[in-house]
Amino acid sequence: MNSVRKQRLILVLAVLVGLGIAVGLMFYALRQNINLFYTPQQVVAGEAPLGAQMRVGGLVVDGSVKRNEETLDVAFDITDGKGSFTVHYQGILPDLFREGQGIVANGTLISTSRFEAEEVLAKHDETYMPPEVQDALEKAGHPGAKKGGEYNE
Amino acid sequence: MVWQTIKRWYHMLGSPRYFHTFSSRVLPWLTPIALITLVTGLVWGLVFAPSDYQQGNSYRIIFIHVPASSGALMGYMALGVSGLVAVVWRMKMAEVMLKAIAPFGAALAAISLITGSLWGKPTWGTYWQWDARMTSMLILLFMYVGVIALQNVIREPRQAARAAGLLAIVGVINVVIVKYSVEWVQTLHQGSTLKLFGESTINPAMKYPLLISMLGMWLLYAVNVLVRARTEVEWRERRSKWVQTLIRKGDQ
Repeated sequence: MNSVRKQRLILVLAVLVGLGIAVGLMFYALRQNINLFYTPQQVVAGEAPLGAQMRVGGLVVDGSVKRNEETLDVAFDITDGKGSFTVHYQGILPDLFREGQGIVANGTLISTSRFEAEEVLAKHDETYMPPEVQDALEKAGHPGAKKGGEYNE
Repeated sequence: MVWQTIKRWYHMLGSPRYFHTFSSRVLPWLTPIALITLVTGLVWGLVFAPSDYQQGNSYRIIFIHVPASSGALMGYMALGVSGLVAVVWRMKMAEVMLKAIAPFGAALAAISLITGSLWGKPTWGTYWQWDARMTSMLILLFMYVGVIALQNVIREPRQAARAAGLLAIVGVINVVIVKYSVEWVQTLHQGSTLKLFGESTINPAMKYPLLISMLGMWLLYAVNVLVRARTEVEWRERRSKWVQTLIRKGDQ
């Protein structure tokens, strides 16, 4: 390689590395803003701002979903295994909403144990299988059967 | 030995004329193989693969979404490599490739965003969220458009290639962000299903049609790049003797 090309190569690589580091640092600094939602752990620890518009995400706790018979009001707990709080919502939930499922809710945090949601989105995991396989796994008591909404830590 | 073969290929394919003959030999069989592979994967996936235990039939858009997204990402990596070779070594074929790779990649990035948003509505409950994966994928589309626009806005082709090449190189950082965004930050988009190392979290009855669709899409991309590069080579070398002979032969 002649020296002119070598110089150009070094220059291009230097630009790439420099920009890479700059973007990396920016990503690191804005980490909290880039995260789509706060985790239950952060909410319980008081890291999430009270009264502000924000999103929270977590797994719906088994057996915690309480629906009002007359209205569309629904309340359920969400958790990430390190903390949990109750989400209140009024409206139609997405098809994939179920107990054990990961969800993202958009709304306001009233206190560290109560979140008023205006919008509930279902997060789905990266597992795909036919229903028969899921049934078989469930019957066999395989731990994979409960992967309905594995939480992405 | 391997290094020398690669070096020989590099020099041979670096010659526009050799590339032209090489592509005329490859295209007649690569085109049907690409089409058959893609159609096989799509028909298998969209019609015959089993439905999903959670999403039912709506998951089937994966057979278009994932091949398009992976094609767009790989295409951009190839664009970055072409950019590097064009900027550092000033190789003519790399400049041609820079122009040939971008359009199909941009189309795939657009398809990925559109299918993703159509898939998001029934499953997540929303068409669009500004989460890291979706935003970085949108930036990937803009990078493709930028590379194409930069080539069109500068009249002198060699200068245009250098400018576009630099943009292509810089954009590679974004490809890394797209790939790892789902692991580094909290996103609505789920993590990767297909894993290079370790077990993929998709049933084999769905995995094989998906892999075949992906392969088909990549091959179709390769076909498109070869066709575009041929046209570009013919245009750039239009005053050379061999292209003139080619044209005269075509006239008869």
